[in-house]
Amino acid sequence: MSLKNILENWSAYRKGAEEGGHHQYEHQWGMAIDLDLCIGCNACSTACYAENNLAVVGPEKFAKNQGMYWMRIERYWDQMDEEFSEQGASFLPMLCQNCHAATCEPVCPVAATYHTPDGLNAQVYNRCIGSRYCSNNCPYRVRYFNFYSYYESSWPAPLHMQLNPDITVRDKGVMEKCTFCVQRIREAKDKAKMENRSVRDGDVVTACAQACPTQAIVFGDTMDPESRVAKLWRKHQVHRGPYTQRKPKTDPELRGYRIFEELNVDPSIMYLERVREEV
Amino acid sequence: MIQEKDINEQIEWAKINADVMRSLENPRMAYWVAVIICLLMISCAVVAEIYQYNVGMGVAGLNNPHMWDLYIATFVFWIGMSHSGTLLSAILHIIHADWRKPIYRFAEAMTTFSLMTAGLFPIIHLGRVWNLYWVLPYVSDRGIWPNFRSPLSWDAFAISTYLSASMVFLYIGMIPDLAICRDSARGWRKKLYTVLSLGWRGDDRQWRNFRKTYLLLACFLIPLAVSVHSIVSADFAMSIMPGWHVTAFPPYFVAGALYSGCAAIITLFVLLRYFFRFEEYMTLPIMEKTAKLTFAIAMVWTYLTLIEFASTWYGHNMYDKEVLIAKATGPYAWVFWTMLFCGSVVPFALAFKRLRRHMPTMFVVSLLLNLGMYFERWMIVAPTLSLAHEPHQWNVMWGSIVQWAIVFGSFGWFGLLFLIFVKVFPSVSMYEVKEMIFHRRHHKDLVEIMEEHEAAMHHRKGGDKPGLEGA
Repeated sequence: MSLKNILENWSAYRKGAEEGGHHQYEHQWGMAIDLDLCIGCNACSTACYAENNLAVVGPEKFAKNQGMYWMRIERYWDQMDEEFSEQGASFLPMLCQNCHAATCEPVCPVAATYHTPDGLNAQVYNRCIGSRYCSNNCPYRVRYFNFYSYYESSWPAPLHMQLNPDITVRDKGVMEKCTFCVQRIREAKDKAKMENRSVRDGDVVTACAQACPTQAIVFGDTMDPESRVAKLWRKHQVHRGPYTQRKPKTDPELRGYRIFEELNVDPSIMYLERVREEV
Repeated sequence: MIQEKDINEQIEWAKINADVMRSLENPRMAYWVAVIICLLMISCAVVAEIYQYNVGMGVAGLNNPHMWDLYIATFVFWIGMSHSGTLLSAILHIIHADWRKPIYRFAEAMTTFSLMTAGLFPIIHLGRVWNLYWVLPYVSDRGIWPNFRSPLSWDAFAISTYLSASMVFLYIGMIPDLAICRDSARGWRKKLYTVLSLGWRGDDRQWRNFRKTYLLLACFLIPLAVSVHSIVSADFAMSIMPGWHVTAFPPYFVAGALYSGCAAIITLFVLLRYFFRFEEYMTLPIMEKTAKLTFAIAMVWTYLTLIEFASTWYGHNMYDKEVLIAKATGPYAWVFWTMLFCGSVVPFALAFKRLRRHMPTMFVVSLLLNLGMYFERWMIVAPTLSLAHEPHQWNVMWGSIVQWAIVFGSFGWFGLLFLIFVKVFPSVSMYEVKEMIFHRRHHKDLVEIMEEHEAAMHHRKGGDKPGLEGA
């Protein structure tokens, strides 16, 4: 790559996130979460704690917003003077959106967070030095910092026996976040490789999707056009790539949207709006 | 018009030497009391830091939206403080403003020490301090490099470059003075100054090389000073957060930096003038000039602040606007309004000649200006985090005693470094004061020349006022 080549073909070396950035994607894991099916039971959150060795910080630290909930159920109420105030809280399961133009990635001084060819926004715990810039720059606020060491307080014997051996326990000073259960993805890919085939839809189920009693969460590879999640994205006309001012959806069946899409971070999770009816 | 002289032009060379060297000797009781206070302040911070290191960052009161807080605000504050030393010593050197000469040395020392204080804060704030060196591009056999896209790694390069450059600049500018000290010192001082003065004899060749080196370093330092604070502002401006994602941040930060630095120069000016009896060197006209400079920078800062509010307001970005409104009306409102009062209203005291010449007033005003600038940095960091995009994570946090103790201790650390400096090195540049006086004795002031010129023109034109058009 000579200097002349760079100067003359400069634009050829620039690729936006909409063209995949600098990645040759093998998969683009994504989700569809149907808010109309979500009953706010927190089973996904609990499953996530069990699967990913999340520390239980205790009530005082939780009250100080120092909790470690990779998957959280956000509750919102309509204001009293608005039309659906009678219908109770709305729930929003919020987890790392694994954005394809993630704002957390470029700001890490040591490149501890980066994009994988799977379309995942990976966090390398060993590399993290705890500058917390990634969390500051995350519009969804889904990055959690180990403000303390928890392995003695969170899993006193014999509770340490329940730790998932496929994933580490993080120590103080390290940032962590939802990985789309990367250990399960890894396992499915290894298995598929052993059987000399590609990963099929349904081979990977994240802990939250598995635990959801109403099956509100659908996980899969959005690059595979036959996967359930890709079909849902197509059905609701939600696409990858940068934000374009689309026409307002007139069809009430089209409920799909991505949160903070206008920030152009290209999140990998499509939400389906809650259906609201006049009572 | 009779202009008051910046400095008494009849001072003897020997008197300058004697006056400045006297400041290096026999610390009085007040000095030791100040040293002990600084040491106590530092020990508060050390105890807090040891506790935080052992237990975790949670003891600082940080939480999920408030991943950064006072550590970063204080870091920006100290970096900002470091800028006026360079302004006085390098920029004013290049534009031949010779009134800087009696006061630039301590300002330059202030630059170095505030950078040494600022550099501690990104370290204190790291979750895993022991891996700090990972942000540096050292050669590793695993081929792992820092992320060159991150403003934090730019920070590491910019600050270390600026710190080393300003230390060299401070030292180089001091060599002729160190030789003067060497010639009259005894004991350990003699040894120290002999080594540090690098065999300075003051011959023609040495002076020529010295001038070139000094000018070269001054030219090198100016873009560094601008870039350092622009890069610090990039920590915020390069992010996506409302209230941080502001294009005008680099000039805004540089203006704020010069502002707080000038205010700190006034503070130290008053202290040194009083304690070392430097009335003949740190004169009232020089204080006036410094105060006018500070006032001008204060107005630039005020303008840029208003620009920032206006662009946020008329930009109609929902998130940005919400943060701006919350700053003015939310839980941080008292900090915000104190910042505006101290930063934009208090400097008007500098517009009055009587106040500019009254040292106790100037001391209080300069402290208030710096309080405003500290609050400004705090108001950049905290409200954005407390009210970012995601409403579920909105939170207000004031920082724990640990955090405040470390911030408090940093002032002690700066004070201690400065106290050591003024007793070991001459805090007024002897050779440059002599130069200044020499030039003033032998050359007419530019103002005088202009006045004479104007009088001559006036005389020739026969009383007509020179017209503006066709100039």
